[in-house]
Amino acid sequence: MDTLQINVTVNGRAYQRRIEPRLLLSDFIRHEIGLTGTHIGCENGVCGACTVLLDGLATRACCMLAVQADGRRIETVESLGRANNLNPLQRAFWEMHGLQCGYCTPGMLMLMTELLRENPNPDRETIRLRLNDNICRCTGYEDIVNSVQRAIELMRGETAVR
Amino acid sequence: MAEAGKIHSPPPGRQKERPDQRLSVIGTRMLRKEDPRFLAGRGRFIDDITLPNMAHAAVLRSPRAHARIRSIDKSAAEALPGVVAVITGEEAARETGLLPCFANPPVEQRCIAFGKVRHVGEPVVLVVADSRYLAEDAIGLINVVYEPLPAVSDMMEAINSHGDAVLHPERGPNNVAEHRDYVFGPVEEEFAGAAHVIKRRLRWSRSGGQPIETAGAVASFDEGSGKFTIYVNGSMYNYIGFTIATALKVPSHQLNIVPVDAGGSFGSKLFLHKVSVLAALGSRASGRPVKYIEDRIDNITASDNHGSDRIYDVELALDANHQMTALRYKVVDDYGAYFQYGLGTHGNGFSQTVGPYKIRAVGAEIYAVFTNKCQQGACRGFGSEVTNFMIERIVDAAVDELGLDPVAFRRDNFIRPEEFPYQIPTGNLYDSGNYPGALDMALEMLDYKNWREKQQLARTQGRYVGIGVASCQEKGVFSATEFWMLNRDPGFALTSSPESASVKIDPTGKAVISLHAPCWGNSPETVATMVLAEQLAMDPADISVAYSDTDHGLPGTGPGGSRYTVMVTGAVTGAAAIIKEKLKRVAGHMLEADSRDLEFRSGKIGVAGAPGLEVAIAEVAMQAHFFRLSLPDDPELTSGLEASYTYDHPLATLPKNNSDFGIFYPIMGHMCHMPVVEVDTKTGQVSFLDYVAVHDCGTMINPMTVDGHVRGGTAQGIGTALLEHFQYDRNGQLLTTSFQDYLMPRVAELPPTIRIGHLVTPSPYTEYGVKGAGEGGRMVAPPAVVAAIEDALRPLGVRIDTVPITPARLRALIREAEARKGPRR
Repeated sequence: MDTLQINVTVNGRAYQRRIEPRLLLSDFIRHEIGLTGTHIGCENGVCGACTVLLDGLATRACCMLAVQADGRRIETVESLGRANNLNPLQRAFWEMHGLQCGYCTPGMLMLMTELLRENPNPDRETIRLRLNDNICRCTGYEDIVNSVQRAIELMRGETAVR
Repeated sequence: MAEAGKIHSPPPGRQKERPDQRLSVIGTRMLRKEDPRFLAGRGRFIDDITLPNMAHAAVLRSPRAHARIRSIDKSAAEALPGVVAVITGEEAARETGLLPCFANPPVEQRCIAFGKVRHVGEPVVLVVADSRYLAEDAIGLINVVYEPLPAVSDMMEAINSHGDAVLHPERGPNNVAEHRDYVFGPVEEEFAGAAHVIKRRLRWSRSGGQPIETAGAVASFDEGSGKFTIYVNGSMYNYIGFTIATALKVPSHQLNIVPVDAGGSFGSKLFLHKVSVLAALGSRASGRPVKYIEDRIDNITASDNHGSDRIYDVELALDANHQMTALRYKVVDDYGAYFQYGLGTHGNGFSQTVGPYKIRAVGAEIYAVFTNKCQQGACRGFGSEVTNFMIERIVDAAVDELGLDPVAFRRDNFIRPEEFPYQIPTGNLYDSGNYPGALDMALEMLDYKNWREKQQLARTQGRYVGIGVASCQEKGVFSATEFWMLNRDPGFALTSSPESASVKIDPTGKAVISLHAPCWGNSPETVATMVLAEQLAMDPADISVAYSDTDHGLPGTGPGGSRYTVMVTGAVTGAAAIIKEKLKRVAGHMLEADSRDLEFRSGKIGVAGAPGLEVAIAEVAMQAHFFRLSLPDDPELTSGLEASYTYDHPLATLPKNNSDFGIFYPIMGHMCHMPVVEVDTKTGQVSFLDYVAVHDCGTMINPMTVDGHVRGGTAQGIGTALLEHFQYDRNGQLLTTSFQDYLMPRVAELPPTIRIGHLVTPSPYTEYGVKGAGEGGRMVAPPAVVAAIEDALRPLGVRIDTVPITPARLRALIREAEARKGPRR
């Protein structure tokens, strides 16, 4: 199959690759770039496990071709903090038990990253409304909502232990 | 026959660590060891495994529910550049044997259909290619000619199927997979003498675990050694992994199964024989490592793990004082096309078939039938969640028909706290419990009286608000001995369901625990770390956890049946005891003290009552590893510090007969849920106004993770009650093959908060008194939510006997009720 050349920025780093036009963005990120933090759940845009930020907007990477990302900027979970240096949102998920199996978590983190950039102080209802985009099968969501509220505190610098 | 009641000479326990001691790590909300890697996107899930020169597999799924395979033309697929192997069922049957089955005699299932397809989605051809995209291209080039057979979709019709509609003619002339009749206690006598008999027909529809990650395997066949290595996100590899070797027709030592992080399971990845054998078959045929990952349609149509699908006709006998005396039911269960666990999901229910109530006798007639659907497997509760629904629905029916109070009636029928250990009519034992205590806690937390008043007020405003009450059991820690009595001939009558842990202290005093079961979304690393930290008074940060493959694995059964925390706690405690003994002997020598006078205190070992007279664990470890000649010439003091321990079931007895299964599932948790809902009668939408969940899993290792299980399990139970349904049409076509059709709860469908209460009634049989908690939420939410909806619609007289109760179904019931009441004025 013919290939096309694309230029994308992933987590601040420029990549030039020749790929098949049919390659999904999710497969490009996972298997061409090797960033396996972005996960595949349903492959038809319902669960949101594959959520990445495309030019800052939360996007289902499984429902988009990699060639459509040509010239654009992608952020994945690997752009957040490292395991030994979590960012406030990740830290808050850890503190508030916002994950169990960890499979939907990267998508949740990217979705909430978008929300918190738009609105650094969303109320509980706003968080729930945005969270409704993605599916978590383990937590029942409540601890994810609590995690985001905790992240808001951490980002404000109110780091009181609770 | 087992007589129900308190056991006055209970079997002796093996508990060494008492629940009532002062604990410093156990019981804290320690943050999880597992989380940082997941939060950073550094988990190692099955699709993250990449081996050099790896090829990719995809399967051609049957579009037919039931058909003979007449011919397969794969020439065009094989000619496609990049395709490495195209394997039909006939070819696979030469290379592989039958997939394992726990029914006896087994039902024949192969990794690729051979001769006939029996459900939509069943693999027909396996294609291996350079990429998944190419493999799927090749699938499109395969031409299969099917000769349609009559499809069986209705479970009642399946009982009388004949001729070509029979799925497995070698087992008999119809589609009855098994028909058994069990009598536990004096059922006939109790019904003959009953003052009241309550009857219902109940329908529990097919749903499933549907974790966000599907099942998959990466297999590599090494021609040089003749050995397979299979990475798979399943669980029971150190228990029955050898059966995969049998299916591959190699000796078991020629197969190493390597665990990976699993992206959720809820039972559905208990034992992933099919994906393992498919990937291994592809690897042996292609000479390359092969990855096979189910896509979502593969998982929904052919995971081999749909949940129970039952119709109950149930009767409850009560005496004149409204004491429940006996329960009798006939149940038909649609197992789909195969029968991997036999009647296991009904045997499981026998562990708690009287719920928390003093019911003296139980009769159960079970029809398991074959239909042209994906076969059943495990789904959070393993059938006991349906037993709970049946019990609580018939209890609520009695409350309705006899005009009783749902709280008082339950309380009056509870087994009392002083009656434990309590034997139920099936022979199983409830180790401990405090059911009135849980009920009272829930009533108080909910402010039940206040909600009843608010409900009255709402009714005067034309609003439909209801309160549900459900009190249910959560059996924990299976022995699997009940399987003896589920097969006519016990077959392989095993009595072991162990769990192991290995602990190694390195020369610098840091510890590594090796587990023999995987991380499945539970918290195995956190739990094992906390128990070892408690045992050795170590800093949890100095402990790490590894997972053994089968080459290095010790007996381990893995997470499932609310067992793992109990069992791994026992295993780590046992290993720690051996390590402690050796540490003390070495330390005793270093301190010139009697090792019996030593105690562990925050990273050190010291002489009790002598502050300062101590030595750091790290120094003792260094001594034990490198300075053998400085120690006494004692055969117990070989160099190093490691120990392994296999913890067997804490309390099980041999089965006696079909009316007395013995003790097989005794570590009994309990839940009391009280949801408050409002129903919009115009749309059928149910919304939650409040939700209280009281849970008793004995001593909690980590209350934070218990809360997580309670909330998540409850969310799944709400999904089961309101949304989730694998719907097949009359032709056996599955209509819900994506997450757009198979609906699971999103945040908007759930209560804004689930308020959790913990009651702690420790087990007298397990280390520290721990009980299981993984399945509980899903085992109680369905009857609780349905009761709340029914209560909300009481003014209309709506009765709910079916789950899921979707908005459309609820509207239909409301329309019927309104029609009965005559035209609206």
